[in-house]
Amino acid sequence: MSTVVLLTLTGLGLAALYFLVASGLALVFGLADVLNFAHGLFLSVGAYGTWWASGNLPGAGASGWGFVLAVIFGVVCGTVVAALVELVLIRPLYSRTIEQVLVTVGLSLAGVALLQASWGADPRTYPRPQWTQELTEVAGARVPNDRFLLIGAAVIVLAGLLAFLKFTRIGLVIRAGVEDRSMVTALGIDVRRAFTLVFAIGGAAAALAGALGGVYAGSISPTGGSSLLIFGFIVVVIGGMGSVVGAAYAAVAVGLLQQFVNYTSPGLGDICVVALLAIVLLIRPQGITGKVATS
Amino acid sequence: MMTDTAVTPGGTSTPAKRRWHPARFGPLVVLAVLIALPYWSIEIPGVFDTAINKPGTLQLLALCLVFGALATGYDLLFGRTGLLSFGHALYFAAGVYGTDVLITKAGYPLWQAVLFAVVGTATIAAALGAVALRTNGIAFAMVTLAFAQVGAITIGRDPGGVTGGEEGLPMDTAKVPDALVGVTNTVNLYWLAVGVAVITVLVVHAIADAPAGRVLAAIRDDERRVGVLGLDPYRYKLFAFTVAGGLAGLAGAMYALLIGGATPHVAVSDQTLTLLVMVVLGGPGTRWGPLIGGMLFTYLDYRLVSFGRSDAVDSLPGVLSGPLSQPLFVLGTVFILAVYFFPGGLAGLRTRLGPLARWIPDRR
Repeated sequence: MSTVVLLTLTGLGLAALYFLVASGLALVFGLADVLNFAHGLFLSVGAYGTWWASGNLPGAGASGWGFVLAVIFGVVCGTVVAALVELVLIRPLYSRTIEQVLVTVGLSLAGVALLQASWGADPRTYPRPQWTQELTEVAGARVPNDRFLLIGAAVIVLAGLLAFLKFTRIGLVIRAGVEDRSMVTALGIDVRRAFTLVFAIGGAAAALAGALGGVYAGSISPTGGSSLLIFGFIVVVIGGMGSVVGAAYAAVAVGLLQQFVNYTSPGLGDICVVALLAIVLLIRPQGITGKVATS
Repeated sequence: MMTDTAVTPGGTSTPAKRRWHPARFGPLVVLAVLIALPYWSIEIPGVFDTAINKPGTLQLLALCLVFGALATGYDLLFGRTGLLSFGHALYFAAGVYGTDVLITKAGYPLWQAVLFAVVGTATIAAALGAVALRTNGIAFAMVTLAFAQVGAITIGRDPGGVTGGEEGLPMDTAKVPDALVGVTNTVNLYWLAVGVAVITVLVVHAIADAPAGRVLAAIRDDERRVGVLGLDPYRYKLFAFTVAGGLAGLAGAMYALLIGGATPHVAVSDQTLTLLVMVVLGGPGTRWGPLIGGMLFTYLDYRLVSFGRSDAVDSLPGVLSGPLSQPLFVLGTVFILAVYFFPGGLAGLRTRLGPLARWIPDRR
């Protein structure tokens, strides 16, 4: 029983990471049709920003409020990089989907190489606040606290995103744009401003995933983003391209499936996730929810 | 895109266009030069470290040819059919590991191992393609990426001790013909690589020039219209996917021979991304673009490492010398610039520079 609880909570923690990566990907894909391979770079920027800040930024550190400040710095870095990428590289290629994908591919290769040039290819030890390593007893299982940190962060981001999409005017524009972009443009609304915003939000969520993923894994490396990115893609496709809620459901399904199967046989869980993707695509090519931002 | 195929709508070359033209014999001349290269001992300072017929240089040239062939095969999907597959590394890896495992673990002779590896890879491609091609566009890209990820994970897990896991699987050279083993025999491997490149180019060009190739181009340009004309796009796409998979398997078999084994990095998703970079740099859907792009990318990838360690780069301030010592940073940046400013790749440069060339007096 305690093993089941531990596996469930760890799976949900993993799902939280996947959701943070996938929510931004889903919105960017839903709105701008950009398959963003540079999303893993935003994640790495967030992780390295936090790592750098905890050692060098005055007031920031590896514990308490200092760590919060370090994470905020990392998230700001990711947001700025994402917004700049959209403004400088993606926007000039508006509506040329393949070229946009190619640019993000080039960016992911060059960006990872740049991180390697700056801080080396080897994993770096990541600052972890002491309390995230302590254990809490839940229904007989001793669960490390970082799982709760991840789940909490994902729930807050999910609630915040849904509130933003439902109750603000720009959120309305984004929702409408995901459903029918040309119609929104025809109504005289400049959707491209929303593109930048969506990229920034996605970059922030990915950077948060990077910062918290570092706490979970204990170390960061320049290529760490790309493996998470692939599962992020899978979650987006299963959840339905463009749907935040669908991404949340799919993240939970993928995280739990992967964790439980990997417990019985290491590595098999990853394969089961891909099998799930193939099954979903064959039965329901539009994903669980179809293309509506908040369905 | 394929304007350089001089064909009339009937599908035959017109006699008037069959007169001597450098473009007709150019490839044969280049092939003759490639075959004759090991007999020259000239040194080209700055381009190659050693004389051109030394094993180190021949090994690099052979690698360039293998990746040129791989990119040419991939272009059958990307440039000629418009299928954006992110999982082509899987079929390359299947060729690499298939050949290596059949020789080292199962003890097959080389030629049988290569044959089985290529046929097996094409079969895997046909089976996975049959599933993946039920989706379109971005979903297709994702499914192929996911399949390739499974391949990479499987290789890393080392099922039954067959793939050697993270360490890879060195090839048991005792079962390989002596003429292909050892540093002094690099020249034979080089010729073999030339052969692989020639086979790949011939297959891809034969398909592109055949009626099926025109259907593939039509699918790239407007798939719905092909369906309306009464042709089944799915079957043609599956055909292209299978052939491209088999060609990747062949390139993989050659790679395994050349490197003397298999390492898990051939299966990672970055491998497909670099493949995409090669094709786009060379010029997707063009006759020679992918081959040139693949060769140039591989050459630069290797040469930029030593360029990054050279004194000229080391003497630069740290802000510049760090990134410049990373080949992928330089190539990624060049790639992004190419997408913006040279959408046709290297092969498109000729038409883009055409207006400029007209100002230069014609010497004929």
